[in-house]
Amino acid sequence: MIQLINVKKSFGNNHVLRGVNLTIEQGESMVIIGGSGTGKSVALKSVLGLVQPDSGQILVNGADTTEGDRDAFLAQFGMLFQGGALFDSLSVWQNVAFRLLRGKGKLTKSDARDVAIEKLRRVGLKPEVADQFPAELSGGMQKRVGLARAIAAEPDIIFFDEPTTGLDPIMSGVINELIREIVVEMGATAMTITHDMSSVRAIADKVAMLHEGVVQWTGPVSEMDSSGDPYLDQFINARAEGPIEAVR
Amino acid sequence: MQALTFLDAFLGSIGRSVLGLCAAIGRIALFAVLTISHLLRPPFYLAEFGRQLLQIGYFSLPVVGLTALFTGGALALQIYSGGARFSAEAVVPSVVAIAMVRELGPVLSGLMVAGRVSSSIAAELGTMRVTEQIDALTTLSTNPMKYLVVPRVLAATIAMPILAFIGDVIGIMGGFLVGTQRLGFNAATYINNTWSFLEFEDVFSGLVKAAAFGFIVALMGCYHGYNSGRGAQGVGRATTNAVVSASVLILAANYLLTEIFFTS
Repeated sequence: MIQLINVKKSFGNNHVLRGVNLTIEQGESMVIIGGSGTGKSVALKSVLGLVQPDSGQILVNGADTTEGDRDAFLAQFGMLFQGGALFDSLSVWQNVAFRLLRGKGKLTKSDARDVAIEKLRRVGLKPEVADQFPAELSGGMQKRVGLARAIAAEPDIIFFDEPTTGLDPIMSGVINELIREIVVEMGATAMTITHDMSSVRAIADKVAMLHEGVVQWTGPVSEMDSSGDPYLDQFINARAEGPIEAVR
Repeated sequence: MQALTFLDAFLGSIGRSVLGLCAAIGRIALFAVLTISHLLRPPFYLAEFGRQLLQIGYFSLPVVGLTALFTGGALALQIYSGGARFSAEAVVPSVVAIAMVRELGPVLSGLMVAGRVSSSIAAELGTMRVTEQIDALTTLSTNPMKYLVVPRVLAATIAMPILAFIGDVIGIMGGFLVGTQRLGFNAATYINNTWSFLEFEDVFSGLVKAAAFGFIVALMGCYHGYNSGRGAQGVGRATTNAVVSASVLILAANYLLTEIFFTS
C-alpha cells in the first residue's frame, strides 16, 4: 500500500504540490490524471525519492520512504519512463536485465539474458531484438523494452509515467492492454500518470485527479463519468470551457 | 540621488556575482568530495571503468600525440632562434626536454583532453539527465554517482599521466626530428644532451600535474553534465561550461602545482 499524507513541494515560488493526500491499496491500479504542470510527475517521483518533498509523509507498506535501506526499498519498484529512458550505451537485453546483473540477487550473464529474452517475449518482442541498441528501435518498441525492464525483477509496485505519450492510437492501445495484463498477472500495485483518457479507461481500477497541487477528486473508474465534479467533467470530456482555466 | 542609486545597483550586481561564484565553487567542491567518498566505497563498476579508460585514454592518443609532435618541433625552432641571440643554440635538446616534461606535455595534453573528453562527458551525462536515464539508474537501485561519475573520474585520473608521458616522448621526438633534420644537430649528441639534463623530478612533477588535470577534466564534465539544464540548450550550455571551466582550472592548477614543486 502506498500513502501520501499532506505532501507539499515547491520549486521557488512555484508551489507544485500543496498538500496531496492519496492512498493506493495493495494490488490496485491507480491512475493519476490532471493537466500539464499540475504535479503528477512530481508526486510520482516523490514516492521514489527522486524528488524530496518539502513536507508531509510518504509510506510504502507502512514504512516511511525516507528511512531504512534505500536499495531494498527501490527493489520493490519497477518504472516505465515517459521516453523509455533506455541506456543508449547498452544493448536491449542488457537494458532489460540491468537490475538482474547487479546487487544482491545478481544472476549470471547467461541467466540474466534468458530472463531478459523471456520478458521481451512477454511484451511482444522477438528474441532477435535482444542484441540491438535502443537507438535502432521505433518509439513503440522502446516503450515495450522499457516495460520489459520495469517488470524484469518482478517488482511489487510498478509506476508508469505517461505510457502512451508519442505513440499512435493503435500502439497506445497495445501498450495499454499489455500494462493491464501484466499488472493483473503479477498482482502488482500500479500507479500511472497520464492525460490520455483511453489509458485511464484501460488501465485504472481507481482514478485520482490532481488540480492546483491537491487531489481534486478520487474514486473508482466506473464512477468517473458520473462524479458530478465540474473539474473532472471538464477534463475527461476535453472541454475548453469550465472551472479549469485554459491558456489560449 | 541618481548617482547613489546607480552605485547601489552597481555594487549589488558585483555582490551577486561574487556570491554566485562562491556558491558555484562550493557546489563543485561538494561534488568532488562526494565523488571521492564514492570512489572509496563499493560497489565498484569495473567494466564501466574499463570502458571509460578506453574512451578517455586510448582514443585520446592521436590528438595528444599530434599536439605533442608539432609542439616539440616548434619549440626546437623557437629555442634555436632565440638561443642564437646569445650563442646558446646547444641548449635546444635540454630545453625542449625540460619544457615538454615539466610544462607543455601535461598542460597541452590536459587542454586537448579537456576539449575532447570534458565536452563528451558533459554531453553524454546531460543527455542522460534530460532523457531521465539518470533517474532510471536510481530506480534500478544503482547510484548514478558510483556508476557514471566515479568510473569516468578514476579513468581520467589514471589515463592522463600515461597520455602525458606518451606526449612527452613524442614531443621530445618532434624536437629531435627538427633538431637533426632542420637545425643540423648530431643525432647521438642530441639524445645524449636530452638524457643528461633531464632529472627524475622533472618527469615526476609533470605526471603528477597530469593526474590532477585528468581529475579536473572528468570532474568538470561530470559536474556540468550531471547538473545539466533541460532541453538541447541546457545540454549545450553544460558542454560549453565543462570545457571552459576545465581549461581554466587546468591552467590555475598548473600554476599552483608548479609553485609547490619548484619554488620550495
